[in-house]
Amino acid sequence: MKKNFSVVGRPVIREDGFEKVTGSAKFADDLKIEGMLYTAMLRIPETHAKINSIDFSAIEGSQYLTAICTRNDIAGIKKIGVIKNDQPVFCGDKVVTPGDVIAMLAGESEEELHKLIGKIKVDYTPLPVLTDPLKALDENALLINEEAGTNLIVHHPLRKGDVEKGFAQSDFVIERKYTTQLIEHAYIEPESVTAIPMGVSRGIKIIGSIQNPFTTRRIVAAVLNMPLSKVRIEQSHLGGSFGGKDDTMCMLSARAAVAALKTGRPVKIRYTREDSILESYKRHPYIMNYKAGFSKNGKINAMKIDIIADGGAYVSMSPFVTWRTVVQATGPYLIENVHTDVRAVHTNNPYTGAMRGFGSPQPIFAQESLMDEIASMLNLSPVEIRRINGLKAGDKTATGQTLQNHDVNLLTVLETAVEKSDFTNKWKDNRENKKILFEPDFSNPVLKDNDFIRPEDSIKRGIGLSVSLRGCSLGGEGIDAAAAYLSLQSDGTIYLNCGLAENGQGLKTTFSIIAAEVLGTTAENIYYLELNTGITPDSGPTVASRSTLMGGGAVKNAAEIIKQRLIPLIKSEWKLGDEEEIEFAGNKVSASGKELTTFPGLCRLAYSRGICLAAIGWYKSPDVHWNEENGQGDAYFTYVYGCQVAEVRVNIVTGEIYVDRVTAVHDAGKIINKLGAEGQVYGGVTQGVGYGVFEEVTHENGLIRELNFDTYTIPTSKDIGEIIPVFVEGDDANGAWGAKSLGEPTLELASAAIANAVYNAVGTRLYNLPLNLEEVMLGKKLRPVNNKRGSLA
Amino acid sequence: MINLKFKLNGEKVSVKTEAGVRLIDLLRNNFGLTGTKEGCGVGECGACTVLMNKKAVNSCLVLAGQLAGASIETIESLAEGEMLHPLQRNFLEHGAVQCGYCTPGMILSAYALLDENPSPDEEEIKEAIAGNLCRCTGYKQIMDSIKATADELNSKNK
Repeated sequence: MKKNFSVVGRPVIREDGFEKVTGSAKFADDLKIEGMLYTAMLRIPETHAKINSIDFSAIEGSQYLTAICTRNDIAGIKKIGVIKNDQPVFCGDKVVTPGDVIAMLAGESEEELHKLIGKIKVDYTPLPVLTDPLKALDENALLINEEAGTNLIVHHPLRKGDVEKGFAQSDFVIERKYTTQLIEHAYIEPESVTAIPMGVSRGIKIIGSIQNPFTTRRIVAAVLNMPLSKVRIEQSHLGGSFGGKDDTMCMLSARAAVAALKTGRPVKIRYTREDSILESYKRHPYIMNYKAGFSKNGKINAMKIDIIADGGAYVSMSPFVTWRTVVQATGPYLIENVHTDVRAVHTNNPYTGAMRGFGSPQPIFAQESLMDEIASMLNLSPVEIRRINGLKAGDKTATGQTLQNHDVNLLTVLETAVEKSDFTNKWKDNRENKKILFEPDFSNPVLKDNDFIRPEDSIKRGIGLSVSLRGCSLGGEGIDAAAAYLSLQSDGTIYLNCGLAENGQGLKTTFSIIAAEVLGTTAENIYYLELNTGITPDSGPTVASRSTLMGGGAVKNAAEIIKQRLIPLIKSEWKLGDEEEIEFAGNKVSASGKELTTFPGLCRLAYSRGICLAAIGWYKSPDVHWNEENGQGDAYFTYVYGCQVAEVRVNIVTGEIYVDRVTAVHDAGKIINKLGAEGQVYGGVTQGVGYGVFEEVTHENGLIRELNFDTYTIPTSKDIGEIIPVFVEGDDANGAWGAKSLGEPTLELASAAIANAVYNAVGTRLYNLPLNLEEVMLGKKLRPVNNKRGSLA
Repeated sequence: MINLKFKLNGEKVSVKTEAGVRLIDLLRNNFGLTGTKEGCGVGECGACTVLMNKKAVNSCLVLAGQLAGASIETIESLAEGEMLHPLQRNFLEHGAVQCGYCTPGMILSAYALLDENPSPDEEEIKEAIAGNLCRCTGYKQIMDSIKATADELNSKNK
């Protein structure tokens, strides 16, 4: 364990910062190539329909039209998917969700193409629509994907102990139902991609706002029926993703590539916000039934969980999203008897897939609300119930995995958050001091003449917390390895690159810090190369908060390989004994405290002696094991822990919740990039608050109502109070000096903490996200009117 | 078509265009100033913010016909070569940039604020950037950068 860091943990300016603050950073839509074509998509305003015929005759021969692309133009697979190939690039005989695209026009003027779209005649027959996920598995339910023969996307069971015995041994058993809503990633940059044909022997080049270039390459190659090596993906600067620029970008890249090959010209697809919200996947709505048996002393003996996730029309990432759910659904608690079933089902609703959090924010809302409710029944505090049940080192998780080989810091983050936020005193005060100046009489809501209400007269304060454990990286999802390329130049500057993608989170900076730390230079000395699948080794997708852990491990490995080549050179050059300790720090190289040369001097020397100064570092995760039959096994090779405390004010006249302060305590292992880590906390908590309090994509018969930011609201600077990041840096043998995961843990906790804070403020327990005005005032949602939700519906 | 004359980043420019073309399209397509970003096209996200006669405006809501004689400044005008404007430098030093897509608009909203109010308090800063959506940062480090810039410029002007 290295203790004295010179670069790690200090504030370092973003690698790509200069370009981003000066407007010179090129995002996908900033690319312009002579002779490039633009596109327009043909869709129909239906959720589910049979397409009888498409008549292009009115536009054929138009001077504005270069090509019409349909499924007939596809040489390879006609349906694609990150897990299952079930989503048509261009629909043939039916559409199953409103974002579906039937055909695409390519031409020089986007504006004229849109006029042409209106002239195409599509003859279609609307079909019955399935929007209720609870009806998806009914015997007579209509089938979204007839080939699959069922609307069940996946079923993850988990069986540990004997849950019925556990209930029988319990003093109390409660059952609660929780629901969560559909939400949009809302990256500020809408999707854009350009495909450039490179000729028969060179294949195709694709440049775009692509989160996972290697996934996109695999899918585009399959659609074009080309070898992987002839499809080169370059990533532009990416304007936010949060898990959202995966499937959609694979789809758009495939369409652009098909059009580029058909026309022989570069083709750009650029989405408007409306296109983006209409077609892109979203976060899964969950319907969650929790049954818990517990003893008078607060010990949870058994938990039975049944969860339905609305996967929408396509499989997308549903199998993996719900897998994380089944692993983590009981939360960070030691429970002997667990019986969990998580199912994802098809509906005609907008499809759902990966989004920051990835199947954890939903069960955390449920399980952390439930823990507080149990505490309340037993007259325990939220802290006490978690101390009693919280996982400690050596305990077994719900999947039967023993927590070991890292600091199991659940109770540490809990106690730290409780202390930093003065939780216990505030929690008691809020509970006892419920008097406010104006309490409305809802049976007679008309104010009397003398009634004058100031907003602060009807405010109640609350504080609440939530905790989580989170498996790092991919776990049982699949192969988990990453590569980094590092090359020292003869003047001491360094090229660095990794197969994981910079999506705005700051990995270029984090990786530069790691390389600089190992080689004793500074991050400014490192020139980070753009990700290009033609040069960088495949490192899997940039997901699951795995970049710092996996990519960081690979960068450290690459730097160490080079360092190990330099040390023998130093020893022979300066005639040092084997026992002499060589130190790389502050751009200098020294032995036993005596400076030998500068870092550039060493690079020059090594270059002149013909030493290979480039290396590929590799980091492969330790093995994990998973039994799909019973949901038992070592799901992830390591875990992180978090606790967030939310302090809120609730306006009991309007139902508004103001989130005044969130104390976010995370054990993400070693913090490499201080500014970046804090930024992850501020941003993740803010997204968590939006998810908890007001964000929702609603739809009527599958047709989305909120297609732009005028109706789909995300937090602004005025919607969020103070956020206090606190890092507990637990030890871990994995990654670079034990650096683990932070991006997603920061998002997953806020909604539950806020719900618990609202209970502390007003004594009402809420079961449905978002905690918007009607939820707070009525305990149910007013729209969509036909959706029954939650325990109190 | 109209013959339009206005000031862009301190220089007099003229362009022949339809009167109904949006300012953002003029900037990006006619002048190649791609630092101005489009996020929503309806004036909600603020990614396309530019300065028009020193006020922050959404360039997706300004039409060419409104531009005659106006002075427009975009993100490209702030730095002088490698010398960043203090706002830009503070955005970097405080970690206010993640994906960077909202950054040009955010910086220009902050610029307009400091131009009008050299010593804004926290609420005034929040208000000034409330029309600029950021999905990455949670705004905290952005607000810190603006505050630090105000302090820096004020101490320089003393």
